[in-house]
Amino acid sequence: MSQATGFSVDAIRNDFPFFARSSGTEPPLAYLDNAATAQKPQCVLDAVLDLYRDATSNVHRGVHRLSAEATRRYENARDIVQRYIHAHDRCEIVFTRGTTESVNLVAQSYVRPLLGAGDEILITQMEHHSNFVPWQMVAEQTGAVVRVAPVTPQGELDLDAWRALLTERTKFVSVVHTSNAIGTINPVAEIVRLAHERGVAVLVDGAQAMPHQRVDVQALGADFFAFSGHKVFGPTGIGVLYGKQELLDDMPPYQGGGDMIKLVSLTNTVWNDLPYKFEAGTPNIAGAVGLGAALEWMKTIDLDGAALHERALHDDATARLRQWDDVRLIGTAAHKAAVVAFVMDGVHPHDIGTILDQARVAIRTGHHCAQPLLESFGVHATARASFALYNTHEEVAALAAGMAQVRELFGA
Amino acid sequence: MSELRDLYQQLILDHGRKPRNFRVIENAQREADGHNPLCGDRIHMFVTMDGETIADVSFQGQGCAISTASASLLTQMVKGMTVAQTKELFGHFRELVTKPVEPHESLEKLAVFSGVREFPMRVKCATLSWHTLLAALKGEDKVATTE
Repeated sequence: MSQATGFSVDAIRNDFPFFARSSGTEPPLAYLDNAATAQKPQCVLDAVLDLYRDATSNVHRGVHRLSAEATRRYENARDIVQRYIHAHDRCEIVFTRGTTESVNLVAQSYVRPLLGAGDEILITQMEHHSNFVPWQMVAEQTGAVVRVAPVTPQGELDLDAWRALLTERTKFVSVVHTSNAIGTINPVAEIVRLAHERGVAVLVDGAQAMPHQRVDVQALGADFFAFSGHKVFGPTGIGVLYGKQELLDDMPPYQGGGDMIKLVSLTNTVWNDLPYKFEAGTPNIAGAVGLGAALEWMKTIDLDGAALHERALHDDATARLRQWDDVRLIGTAAHKAAVVAFVMDGVHPHDIGTILDQARVAIRTGHHCAQPLLESFGVHATARASFALYNTHEEVAALAAGMAQVRELFGA
Repeated sequence: MSELRDLYQQLILDHGRKPRNFRVIENAQREADGHNPLCGDRIHMFVTMDGETIADVSFQGQGCAISTASASLLTQMVKGMTVAQTKELFGHFRELVTKPVEPHESLEKLAVFSGVREFPMRVKCATLSWHTLLAALKGEDKVATTE
């Protein structure tokens, strides 16, 4: 399938030292936990190391050349992000610690001042806890209410229920683009359109969308778009909040500190311009530079070919798991990313995880920070294999072989 | 596969599937909740005392084979023990699942958990019910966790 396009799994794997390691003395490890975090290509490791080796200095501060070089690399990363997600202006790219901090920033700086008692924030039942808890906190602070739109038994957003919940009381909408727990891809453009008809702004949690598809925030129309570096082959501890300039302009800072001010006196402080108003303190310079390298790497990839490959891995894994009647797939949306979540009668996912680990297959087990979603399926935990563009059908076969061992041990 | 067979011994699989003392004790004198935030496992333990002695003990909840079997075998073992004896037994149990030691003779059937030591990520599964029981015996209201 992948030969029909410009996409080559072998070429991709050559970019990742992780695969060189696991093809050396150790037996190979099938890493199928990509929705948790992704492996890093050599160019990302190089960018981080080069920054620390050649340009360790603070940004936006010194007049000396090393500070200028660190600032140049940090701001270049912002330009890369802007171009990659097609933001209108570089000042719309705020570096954060990750998706979670991005959501909290919007909750506190944009949404909180909008809310009064009885106002509503609308989300879906398939949100990650990072897109639940900040809204529950802001509701607690303001007397507002968090409304949660249900999902269908297949794990798709119930759009009729969604439309009914979108009312004159709705003051903000926050929605996950692609579910981390079950892979469902939501109709985010339609969700944005419906909200905008009512003059309601929308945050899109793009953490799981970024590694699988191109993103164009202007085409999407989202007012805010949040993602994490580490899920898109970049470093941990760095993420992005995209926000429309006219919204960011009017928002108060999220944190106070250095770099986010123009002038501080005993009685008066003037906020810095965008995006620095939202970047208090010394930022994660190396993280931003590594994220820039990751997105530059992504630009060289035939992502349409990668999507076909990931789809084939998903279908392969799904078919192999469906051979067993006592294995139940959780989340079978028509439009989904290569995430395969499942449960097995009589065997807890945690036991599956241990046995698969012994078979050198790394999957995630547990509630995946999506307890409300799992509740709707009547389960407390699942086993989840999540694929990235570098995974292979041999690794899918290793997953199936590991599941055969689970059955043998538990006498299924 | 051999380390896995040591971990998932028949006795553990049996108690994982058909836990003993898996019931509610109405009007229990001592109760506590246990929670393993790593995997979401939850357990609720019920105890009735006869002086310093555990007269009856049971549990409810859901978890993996290791945590369910541990709770099941634990309830069988500590019935009739004093609080002090139970604490001492837990000391031996914790040593068994974390260190390469011979099982202390007082552990009896609980020696079956010796395979856990090869799986450090699963020690919390084996000890959740113990932490919960000790919280119940102390009469603490708070939720016991493995953290």
